[in-house]
Amino acid sequence: MNELVIEAGKTERHYWADLWRYRELFFFLSWRDILVRYKQTVIGILWAVLRPLLTMIVFTVVFGRLAKMPSEGLPYPVFVYVAMLPWLFFSSALAEASNSLIINANMISKIYFPRLVIPASAVIVCFVDFLISAVILAGLMAWYHVLPGWRLLCLPLFTVLALLASFGISLWLSALNVKYRDFRYIIPFIVQFGLYVSPVGFGSAVVRAKCGDLVYQLYGLNPMVGVIDGFRWAVGSDVPLNVSGLFTSVAITVLLLFSGLKYFRATEKAFADII
Amino acid sequence: MSDFAIKVEGLGKKYLLQHQAAGRRYVALRDVLADKAKSLFGNRKPEIGNRKSVEEFWALKDVSFEIKQGEAVGIIGRNGAGKSTLLKLLSRITEPTTGRIRMRGRVASLLEVGTGFHPELTGRENIFLNGAILGMRREEIKKKFDEIVDFAEVEKFLDTPVKHYSSGMYMRLAFAVAAHLEPEILIVDEVLAVGDAQFQKKCLGKMQDVSQKDGRTVLFVSHNMSAIGELTQRCVYLEAGKIKAAGVTPAMVQQYLSFAVGQGGIFQSQSTQSPRVDRVEIKTSRANQVQISGEPMEIHFTIEHGGPRKAMCFSFQLINQFGAPAAHCWIYDQDQPMCREDSRTVLKCRIPKLHLNVGIFYLRTYLSEPPGGHHFETLEVPLSFEVSIVDQHTLFGWRPDACAYLEEFNWEVA
Repeated sequence: MNELVIEAGKTERHYWADLWRYRELFFFLSWRDILVRYKQTVIGILWAVLRPLLTMIVFTVVFGRLAKMPSEGLPYPVFVYVAMLPWLFFSSALAEASNSLIINANMISKIYFPRLVIPASAVIVCFVDFLISAVILAGLMAWYHVLPGWRLLCLPLFTVLALLASFGISLWLSALNVKYRDFRYIIPFIVQFGLYVSPVGFGSAVVRAKCGDLVYQLYGLNPMVGVIDGFRWAVGSDVPLNVSGLFTSVAITVLLLFSGLKYFRATEKAFADII
Repeated sequence: MSDFAIKVEGLGKKYLLQHQAAGRRYVALRDVLADKAKSLFGNRKPEIGNRKSVEEFWALKDVSFEIKQGEAVGIIGRNGAGKSTLLKLLSRITEPTTGRIRMRGRVASLLEVGTGFHPELTGRENIFLNGAILGMRREEIKKKFDEIVDFAEVEKFLDTPVKHYSSGMYMRLAFAVAAHLEPEILIVDEVLAVGDAQFQKKCLGKMQDVSQKDGRTVLFVSHNMSAIGELTQRCVYLEAGKIKAAGVTPAMVQQYLSFAVGQGGIFQSQSTQSPRVDRVEIKTSRANQVQISGEPMEIHFTIEHGGPRKAMCFSFQLINQFGAPAAHCWIYDQDQPMCREDSRTVLKCRIPKLHLNVGIFYLRTYLSEPPGGHHFETLEVPLSFEVSIVDQHTLFGWRPDACAYLEEFNWEVA
């Protein structure tokens, strides 16, 4: 018979095995949140479609028509939408995941399970929205006759990068949010600020032209820069991929992910006591 | 190798209590930053009066016990004795500060029924979700699905969101899922305190099956001494984070209740629900909650009924230390009008000759309005009194388990 030993300071030992054992819970929680999300909002799926679409129209008008920014050889709506897609996923994942532990406080104080499951499932719910919005991208590309080449095959790789970056930051934010209850006021600010420092309405080539090469390389420190540039490159932008910038983004993402995991696990033990 | 299911050695849990300015419950980043900045720029040493005093609090200290496989063990103690902390440690919700717990077999803990239930989801969806939260595999839930639905009696509403359920249905469904877990070790908190009396009975029966028929190990926390008495063979009695006593259930319950005897004869409810029993005062025939069998006794109940009522009904049971009801007294509005005016009524019950055997007794009250079948409250009054016998065959060893009730009788020797 399997024996479980709980010892002061040694609960870590079964962590990864437990995470595997609780994979069904992860599945069910994501399923619950997706179900509730589309049940509760009257317009349901339409929301996942309307939000990027409307933002895309505004950005096209502001950046494309009024500011006349270059669009890297793509029709401006496609140019904006393809960046909007990962950005909205990233920002909503941050917002949802950071609150996820607080929302599920009741479960945390009553049941044992690896707490990692909660922010992870929050990110997955946003990922479903992302997939739905991606269908629109296909429609837009067909409408504007943008023919993707072999580069489109790299899109999943950039999607994974977006997923990992979102998850890494979500781990930090959700854990900090439990510990410092006023942290949630900072999150909308981070998201809003992030939109301006990410190349969503404009291309990152503009940054190179205006600020020089060094800034352009450092720009990759924002992990979404690598993701967004990658997305644009994959659907056929005429700007070559900024490989060193991309590596910076990948490195930052990995760093965020591991430090996030470490911080989350260090604070996780006390969640039930302070939540 | 011994055949223990749970072995607890030197278990302790320490909390740090921060005595901060009132109204601050959580740590705020703002304060942390402000404090850091102060200590960085301020050359003066922090004033003593300004410093937050951090106090250690041991919710549980040096607790050791062993539970054998197939045993049903109760954990009793007053509020704040550390029962919930112990359960949280056993269920791995928080980490112990010291000591070690060893558990053999699959553990399921039920600190609350319906954890994770979502009001927007249907009964069917919630069964799967809750099952997963409690650690059941999807296949298992599928296999047991019909049984669960049967037990909860909600077939008709399976595809209705649970937000439309009555509270009774909700509780039934929630407990049904939990009741069909098949762990080797089941840890249950006071989940039976909710729901109507009939359903409570059903739950208790189900738990009895689990421990007696299936031979599983059950750890049960409750204030309900009759449930403890019915369900468990042994008890661990906690007080102020330590084990005060451990042993067979009747002895432990007696010890626990006799402690309550010292509490005086007045109970004041903390509940805000209405109608409720707000205050209970037991007037025993002798001081210190000692009642002599055969002497009169009075119990006063203050009923808070929130406005005039048409057909109130109130009754109480006197329950002995084994959990067996020994007497039942009632008052119906139709016999004696009551609670028809104002919102508070005092009911005084006088028992001219209390015919109870020696032992420790406590009360369970029922408040209802029968015509509509409306049941307001069942209350285990945390008061007890001790019945003793004087002037009666002191040579006879009066024992609480000899009987519950002492009949008046006459003999004729022919």
